[in-house]
Amino acid sequence: MSGAREIVSKIRSVKNTRKVTKALEMVSASKIKKSQELMASSRPYARMIRQVISHLSEANPEYKHPFTVTRDEIKCVAYIVISTDRGLCGGLNTNLFRRILADMQTQQQAGVEIKVVTIGRKASQFFRNLSGIQVVAHTSGIGEKPQIADLIGVMKTVFDGYRSGEIDRLQLAYNDFINTMVQQALVAPLLPLPDAEDSDELLQYWDYIYEPEARELLDDVLTRYIESLVYQAVLENLASEHAARMVAMKSASDNASNLIDDLNLAYNKARQAAITQEISEIVGGAAAV
Amino acid sequence: MNTIKCDIVSAEKSIFSGEATMIFATGEMGELGIAPRHAPLLTKLAPGQVRLQQVDGEELNFYVSGGLLEIQPHLVTVLADTAERAEDLDEAAALRAKEEAERALADRAGEQDIAEVQAQLAMAQAQLQALAKLRKKLRR
Repeated sequence: MSGAREIVSKIRSVKNTRKVTKALEMVSASKIKKSQELMASSRPYARMIRQVISHLSEANPEYKHPFTVTRDEIKCVAYIVISTDRGLCGGLNTNLFRRILADMQTQQQAGVEIKVVTIGRKASQFFRNLSGIQVVAHTSGIGEKPQIADLIGVMKTVFDGYRSGEIDRLQLAYNDFINTMVQQALVAPLLPLPDAEDSDELLQYWDYIYEPEARELLDDVLTRYIESLVYQAVLENLASEHAARMVAMKSASDNASNLIDDLNLAYNKARQAAITQEISEIVGGAAAV
Repeated sequence: MNTIKCDIVSAEKSIFSGEATMIFATGEMGELGIAPRHAPLLTKLAPGQVRLQQVDGEELNFYVSGGLLEIQPHLVTVLADTAERAEDLDEAAALRAKEEAERALADRAGEQDIAEVQAQLAMAQAQLQALAKLRKKLRR
């Protein structure tokens, strides 16, 4: 029966693992919903600020803010990489990093310097070990309810770099939440901003009253706009994290269940074999008497 | 009665959306009273209250810690900041982010140290075990 006893302890340990993965799966399932709500509630701000920007560019089309000017020579590209803090979420981070590395490689071949700003612990762990890539700012531990305040520091670093000409382009990399089963790793350009489509027929020329100056205000509006874009990406990534974790944990629980079935079969066979052997021994003993 | 549509949003959520007869806010250059058909205006908000007079005469108060105020003749948009923003505060946050990055880099060295210490510990344990065995043998 020694083989059977070993199998029993194995079954018990797999059952414990399944309990953990099941619990994680259910926790993630409930968190997806919350992070989706956060995503929805952050949309009005982005919509409003886009409106303000389009009004602004309509009102004074001749002024070009540095954020909207494409530079002729690209010497340095910065990436804002948004990853999760914790693991156990399948290939979510790995897929994203692979996508980023492919993008970086094309840049490096063109002789462009690369800087990285990491949000989330996994990105920091990954990029600090890569040579030829400089991590200039990092933040993590944003948690389940990200706030703009968590991002101000890293964004300020990036904006300063961009304004001073150290950074010529800015890319944003994150996992886009499409639905619970599908998350897409994205590397999207963030700065310079694409030109707003010019509406040819301006009905009438009008301008705002600016308090204080127009340029300063435009700078403020654009800064907040970029920040809100990054904030939304953080939320997208958060929803993706929970979705990916739920799927990963579901398949882990299923695997555990299969394993338990197999082990149960093996246990029953071992038990049966032991009983058969015992009976045949008894029979053999009785015949000898 | 004339009304003006007012939206107050922060990056995290939509705070208020509805009609008002009069809106008061503290701009960076001074107090603002906004009635319907106000001239288009764009200004920064100072930390303070945004007051709304609704159609039924009831007043609503919101606190904003800064932000932007856009006025169109029939639409007022308040883009409220939830975080305290100031040049030096932002600077401090930026410094923190840089330090975090440096600490992460320094951690790499830290891990190596830990691995080294662990190796030394394992070696010391092995030596101790060997000594204990030797002692047992000698006692016999």
